[in-house]
Amino acid sequence: MTSSLATLVTAATPDAAPAGGAFTLAWLLVALPLAGAAVLLLAGRRADPWGHWLGVLASGASFVVGVVLLLALRARDADERVLDLHLFRWLPTGTFGVDAGLRIDPLSVTFVLLVTFVGTLIHVYSVAYMEHDVDRRRFFAYLNLFVAAMLVLVLADSYLLLFFGWEGVGLASYLLIGFWNHHTPNAVAAKKAFVANRIGDLGLLVALMIMVATFGAVDFATVLGAAPAASEATLTALGLTLLLAACGKSAQFPLQSWLGDAMAGPTPVSALIHAATMVTAGVYLVVRSAPIYEGAPTAQLVVVIVGAITLLFGAIVGCAKDDIKKALAASTMSQIGYMVLAAGLGPVGYAFAIFHLVTHGFFKAGLFLGAGSVMHGMGDSVDMRRFGALSGLMKVTWGTFALGWLAILGVPPFSGFWSKDAIIEAAFVGEGWRPWVFGTVALVGAGLTAFYMSRLYFMTFHGKRRWNSGHSRGTERDTGPVLHPHESPRLMTVPMVVLAAGSLVLGMLLAAGDGFVTWLEPVTGVAEHHEPVLPVPAIVTLTLLLVVAGAALAWFRFGRRPVPLRPPAASALTRAARRDLYQDDVNDALLVQPGTYLTRSLVFGDRTVVDGSFLGLGRLLVRLGDGARRLQTGFVRSYATTMTAGLLLLVGVVLATRF
Amino acid sequence: MNLSNYLVLASVLFAIGATTVLLRRNAIIVFMGVELMLNATNLVLVTFARQHGDLSGQVMAFFVMVVAAAEVVVGLAIIVQIFRTRRSASVDDVNLLKS
Repeated sequence: MTSSLATLVTAATPDAAPAGGAFTLAWLLVALPLAGAAVLLLAGRRADPWGHWLGVLASGASFVVGVVLLLALRARDADERVLDLHLFRWLPTGTFGVDAGLRIDPLSVTFVLLVTFVGTLIHVYSVAYMEHDVDRRRFFAYLNLFVAAMLVLVLADSYLLLFFGWEGVGLASYLLIGFWNHHTPNAVAAKKAFVANRIGDLGLLVALMIMVATFGAVDFATVLGAAPAASEATLTALGLTLLLAACGKSAQFPLQSWLGDAMAGPTPVSALIHAATMVTAGVYLVVRSAPIYEGAPTAQLVVVIVGAITLLFGAIVGCAKDDIKKALAASTMSQIGYMVLAAGLGPVGYAFAIFHLVTHGFFKAGLFLGAGSVMHGMGDSVDMRRFGALSGLMKVTWGTFALGWLAILGVPPFSGFWSKDAIIEAAFVGEGWRPWVFGTVALVGAGLTAFYMSRLYFMTFHGKRRWNSGHSRGTERDTGPVLHPHESPRLMTVPMVVLAAGSLVLGMLLAAGDGFVTWLEPVTGVAEHHEPVLPVPAIVTLTLLLVVAGAALAWFRFGRRPVPLRPPAASALTRAARRDLYQDDVNDALLVQPGTYLTRSLVFGDRTVVDGSFLGLGRLLVRLGDGARRLQTGFVRSYATTMTAGLLLLVGVVLATRF
Repeated sequence: MNLSNYLVLASVLFAIGATTVLLRRNAIIVFMGVELMLNATNLVLVTFARQHGDLSGQVMAFFVMVVAAAEVVVGLAIIVQIFRTRRSASVDDVNLLKS
């Protein structure tokens, strides 16, 4: 593995060649799921009986096109693998214009395959998972919409088109988190995710404006080509605004609070959007913008710091959560922290960030689908304190979950080992204080990951039964509803088995001969070997020791010893972690409350000053009218008197002025 | 011929007419008051025409008579209509336009 550690010699951004041949089919990737979503949404109830299969078909067909692209790309020489497919003139505006086009290169094709493959599996899983939901067709329409938007995001050849996909993904995420929006907390969670994402989008918008102002263009070819020549201040501004965007979408500190609540959506959504694909968009953005970060060391450092903070943050939160989906969400946050950290390390980390992203996409999707399967068998309960001893009752779920668990722990030879270990080693590369700090954080994170994932695994599948089977009476566990845990149908277990197989072998396959790193070189640059500050065997040994220690501690506390049904009194740190380290409270105090006060005072000002002056004017006129109305008595004689008096007055005035 | 005699007479007639218009309720009487005021004005016009030896004042008096005749025709027609519908010729009763 040492040979894969490297630094970049030159930022490699080869000129994109125009696409021809099989690549002209690339637009189908987006068009197929988009058409699927359109048909499902427009056909209405009559599509209910077959709508879900159309959704699966659209996603699967997209995957087939992706495979064709992969084969066509592999058939070309490594330095000819960056292609631009021009589609149409999107925004013609005089001197400045934007084209809609697709960038087909190893990075985007990697994402295409991940999104469509995992996406299709989750589509299949959802057919069974959502079987009893009356709105299953709408669910599949949104899933297809999400896949289409995500593909636009990763295939775009300009930041503006990427932004279009970025927003589409945000919309699909909003629709899916709030899918069961008849339940208010779900709708609130969807809104929270939407608002947090908008803050990140603001960063991307500002970045777009800086690009237009500096480079006069927003397409990758121009911006990334001109980036090395731009001033460091511009690049730092660009890097930081893009990082803000990445933080919003990828749930990185300080915009991470939405991810936990996003678990309100149906579990396949959590697997697809909040683990495998959408939240990885931030990592994609940073890696795609590599030439910008190359020229902005400060922005790069901030990226690494954000990644490191999120890594620990997510891991600490994950250690204390009792909700199986929220624990997995915290884990996602932490793992994406790893990727962002790697992406911030520069050329030494880009390929590993994407590598970890791909393996994580597999095992995390598998873990989420496993969690969904457990919920399916346990009457939609998510409280791990009410699980336990499920290993014998749900054998397939247990087996696939165990594979995913070993993969995320980074146990060799599971896929997580190859990718996470590479990131930890890359974190130890560098000079001065940085490798020590970031390397240590990554190491500690690995130990924490082992602890919280093992805790989740043991609490769910092992230990004593803590749910009511209906056979015994009298103990506290029998107070809950009577449950009959059962294995999920074949449509759900098959995708889990496929993903578990990926968790097992994908890392080995991609790491073999540095195949994946070499594959990404046309985008991330040709790398040069570099040694970490600690010897590599020492790092690997330390990591594995920490992982074993974390898992053993979890076994000791949650596997061997009985787990209380209610969260026991705990230390201040645990209490904080149970509440997401008070992130919501901080947001509430810093943003929500001042915002509420501001709007309230503005409303007050509007009522008193603006409305007051206009309403006062109106009232004044009404009063004047009332007064004037009294003059109109309706008596002809009084009018005549007034006229006469007026006439006499006039005569008097005329006479008085004459003499 | 003393100018002021005529003018005083005209003023007295006008004052009587105006007072009638302002004080009486019966529409017919009010009408008569209006006629009295018009004729007082005619008297002034004719007086000054005679005084200045200029016929235009007398011509103007004829105009006033024609207009007054037309006014009487229209006015009386309205009064008769009002009397028929409301069984009253009092001007104070005609206040339907006041809300």
